[in-house]
Amino acid sequence: MKKTTELFFSFLKIGAFTIGGGYAMIPLMQQEIVEKKKWLKPEEVIDMVAISESTPGVLAVNFATYVGYRVAGVWGSIVATLSVVLPAFIIILLLSTVLAAYSDNSLIQAILKGIKAGVVVLLIRAIVKLVKICKLTPFNIVLIISTILVSLLVKGIVFYIIISGAIIGIIYGLIFAKETFKA
Amino acid sequence: MKIVWNLFWNFFLIGLFTFGGGYAMIPMIEEVALRETWISSGTDIYGWVGIAEGTPGPFAVNIATLLGYQNAGFIGAFFATLGVILPSWIILVLIAAFGKKILETKYATAALKGLRPVVIGLISVVVIGLIYQNLFQTSLDLWNLSIKGFDYFSLIIGIVVFGVSLIKIKQKSLSPIFLIILSGLLGILFYQVVGI
Repeated sequence: MKKTTELFFSFLKIGAFTIGGGYAMIPLMQQEIVEKKKWLKPEEVIDMVAISESTPGVLAVNFATYVGYRVAGVWGSIVATLSVVLPAFIIILLLSTVLAAYSDNSLIQAILKGIKAGVVVLLIRAIVKLVKICKLTPFNIVLIISTILVSLLVKGIVFYIIISGAIIGIIYGLIFAKETFKA
Repeated sequence: MKIVWNLFWNFFLIGLFTFGGGYAMIPMIEEVALRETWISSGTDIYGWVGIAEGTPGPFAVNIATLLGYQNAGFIGAFFATLGVILPSWIILVLIAAFGKKILETKYATAALKGLRPVVIGLISVVVIGLIYQNLFQTSLDLWNLSIKGFDYFSLIIGIVVFGVSLIKIKQKSLSPIFLIILSGLLGILFYQVVGI
């Protein structure tokens, strides 16, 4: 089989069987990409995750592009990206057509209301997970609380808040962690 | 045509400004979707967020496809999805082609130190706003606080789903799909069967 064909089917499988995307994808990728196809060495997976985390974007696409490029260049990266996205795209298209046809239906409205109440729990779980990753240091606590206050008081500035976060991180690094900034 | 371009460009920006996975995207999506009137009222978006969370595939792709389709059909879904994945692809290809060096690692790492707490704060605001809207039927605005009733059902559903989410089977938490389906079923039970 051609490399790009192999990439296509591997990432199609990874895209179809991952729920929640991103980190949930790593175990399946390890199995398919490292153990079965041997496209990456185990230690390269750590590299891939580190690079994907420190760059913006959709994690799943970052992973797919990284592996696809390593295996078959630019075409490989395109094939891997499109195939990791394809299952989700098709499933949601089918679901959307159904939802669009019955959007005024009171049953669908009841389901959506229930989901709105339940999704709060998923979001809280995500916050707990993120807090475990980044730890509640004084710097983090101050930043979390000021983000909450600012965005409750001023609407419509989410993008600016995110940029400010990055800038504050860099300034903090320059002042308090000079060692890491020495070339 | 304008709506298709809007979908593409806004999802491109959202993709470009997302660090560390799908949830970080939600505050941006809420803001943009309201501004561009992709949704009619504040928390309509969270029904779709729940569905996107509970279906296979990357969250970003699910939500882009959903909002794209609702606002401009297949073409909308296609370009919204293309928009959200394009920044990732471009950046990773550049890194793969020119090596890790173009990613000034120390600056990226330092920036991430500031980004993570900010993302936690932003998602917390989403949670606060969503709970407020679920309970009081109107969006949270500190400058103009108001209440349009009290929805006991959403409180009960939230508590039940939270309780169930604490259950672990073989030390693994229950999957989001299960919790979303449960929420939907509880929605039918309370809003359809018990009363309106």
